[in-house]
Amino acid sequence: MSPFWTLLARDLKLAARSGGGAALALSFFALVATLVPLGVGADLKLLSRIAGGILWVGAVLAALLSLDRLFQGDFEDGSLELIALSPLPLEMTALAKIAAHWLSTGAALTLLSPLLALLFNLAPYPTLVLFLSLLIGTPAVSAVGAIGASLTLSLKRGGLILPLIILPLLAPVVIFGAGAVAAVMDGFSPNGGLGLLAAFSLAAVLLSPFAAAASVRLNLGS
Amino acid sequence: MNWLFKYANPHNFMRLSGVVLPFTAIGAALGIAAALWLGFSAPPDYQQGRTVLILFIHVPAAILATAVYGAIAVCSLLSLVWRHPLSDTAARAAAPFGALFTALGLITGALWGKPMWGTYWVWDARLTSFLLLLFLYMGYMALWNAIEDETRAARAAAILALVGAVNIPIIKFSVEWWSTLHQGESIVSGKLAPVFLAPLLLMMTGYALLFATLWMVRIRTAIIERRARGLMQGAA
Amino acid sequence: MISSLTAEKLACARGERKLFEQLSFRVTAGQALAVEGANGAGKTSLLRMLAGFLSPAAGRIVLKIGDAQSDDAEERGRQVGWLGHHDGLKPQLTVREQLTFYAGLYAKPADAAVLDQVGLGRQADLPCRYLSAGQKRRLALARLLVSQRSLWLLDEPFAALDTAGQQLVAQLMARHCGAGGIIIAATHEPLGLSNESLKL
Repeated sequence: MSPFWTLLARDLKLAARSGGGAALALSFFALVATLVPLGVGADLKLLSRIAGGILWVGAVLAALLSLDRLFQGDFEDGSLELIALSPLPLEMTALAKIAAHWLSTGAALTLLSPLLALLFNLAPYPTLVLFLSLLIGTPAVSAVGAIGASLTLSLKRGGLILPLIILPLLAPVVIFGAGAVAAVMDGFSPNGGLGLLAAFSLAAVLLSPFAAAASVRLNLGS
Repeated sequence: MNWLFKYANPHNFMRLSGVVLPFTAIGAALGIAAALWLGFSAPPDYQQGRTVLILFIHVPAAILATAVYGAIAVCSLLSLVWRHPLSDTAARAAAPFGALFTALGLITGALWGKPMWGTYWVWDARLTSFLLLLFLYMGYMALWNAIEDETRAARAAAILALVGAVNIPIIKFSVEWWSTLHQGESIVSGKLAPVFLAPLLLMMTGYALLFATLWMVRIRTAIIERRARGLMQGAA
Repeated sequence: MISSLTAEKLACARGERKLFEQLSFRVTAGQALAVEGANGAGKTSLLRMLAGFLSPAAGRIVLKIGDAQSDDAEERGRQVGWLGHHDGLKPQLTVREQLTFYAGLYAKPADAAVLDQVGLGRQADLPCRYLSAGQKRRLALARLLVSQRSLWLLDEPFAALDTAGQQLVAQLMARHCGAGGIIIAATHEPLGLSNESLKL
């Protein structure tokens, strides 16, 4: 296995063993989806109307839960120095960590979303669009989130400040993702929203490793 | 770049800003006073009545809110690429004013919206992106405060500012896209009659000079503070 | 193989405080250098500088590999075997998994015999959370061996180890130097090698 896959595999293994990965995010996501109807009432028409937005916001928040540990654990126990000295460039290290985070949260949340859409009485076609939008959009959450995680990796309570930094930057993801679902519910094509979402996601995944690597370098150098 | 470094040296900056400060301060006061006088003596707008005056406070605040973020981004780039300590100080000093202008823009926007739209807040594309901008400012300042080591905080904040600067146009675009998608009520737009153009431009100049003045004062304070700390450390 | 490492007039500043300046030294293949000094004198900072994490406030570090010279921090980092304050171990992973991970990350074969060398042969399948501080240090040594780097930067290599462990470290260091490697170690104790020493 190449260094990249070795790191990716280790991060997935750690996420699975420390219970901070998929299970936590999925329970949180399901809880949000349960609390919303309790808050707004069981009007199925209203629920199906807001399903896209609520599930998108819930998914983003759920993905943020484990994000603060993305680099922090490795920073605190000295692993990050050893990873930095390996042949793997820090940009690729960041990409491996983004991929591991996405696989253990974003991908799992995407798979769960059709089930939660059922609770919101979302019709099959909008559900499919929601599923696709999460599939396309959640990598951007992990990627932009990685920047925030790398900036706050030295903070004991980085988990508190991370959402404040990251959520405004993620507004376009929520807008395009939930917008695609809203569009099909109004009888329009979802292609516009999904296309913009794909563009944002691609740019985020390609560019944020550079910002995250720069930030890791700065943290190791002080 | 050399000319820039010459004035970006803290010592030169103190000297230069000391000379410029009184002029910008007086300019700001004159500009704002003249704009207010012209604005109040102008006839009420046929459509908006006296409420049009809110726009004199609102529009320059909104423009500066974005401009200050731009200034922070430029300072951050200078700091990251050329490692100049004064640009960090400048970026940090500008942020609270940017947040203040953004908040002022939002508040005056809401006050203007009440008579115009019948409600304080509508999810208008421009207001929504300014609300997000306010959160960007808050995140930026929170990151500065959260990291204790000053150089590390400066670098982290600079990276965040640049990421934000890349993202702001995208956020703006996405919010506009969103507002066309969810078009509900038709929104009265604040078109200005030409009579109001002169006072608005004056007000704009006054705001810009006011920001320049306050910004320089804060940078100066930070430099003096650092010197004082250096002296105390040396004495210990 | 590295032929020499030269530090020229290095200076290090933490914030407003100067730790050291005008620091020059040279270590050649097969040599060890002990960096001594009081707490806060900048021993760890020097090691971090040599590893390329920290950039010097002044001066430069030149690495000579064969006849090629370079002062690039990233290139130097690719030669460094690092033993820091922290062991870089995850409580959830077993000893063997830990070693395989670092071997894979450094693109080197995971030689299980290394565990026997450091006396952890019987603990191979034990999760690291059950290891004692000394055993963790031994695993960190195994990782250092597996990385097959020639420039060893060791921060307090004897810390947390019993007498047998300390002898092991001394033996490994002697072997590394004997094979033409370079060691720079921050330490309060003598390295037990015929080494130069540098006072900060």
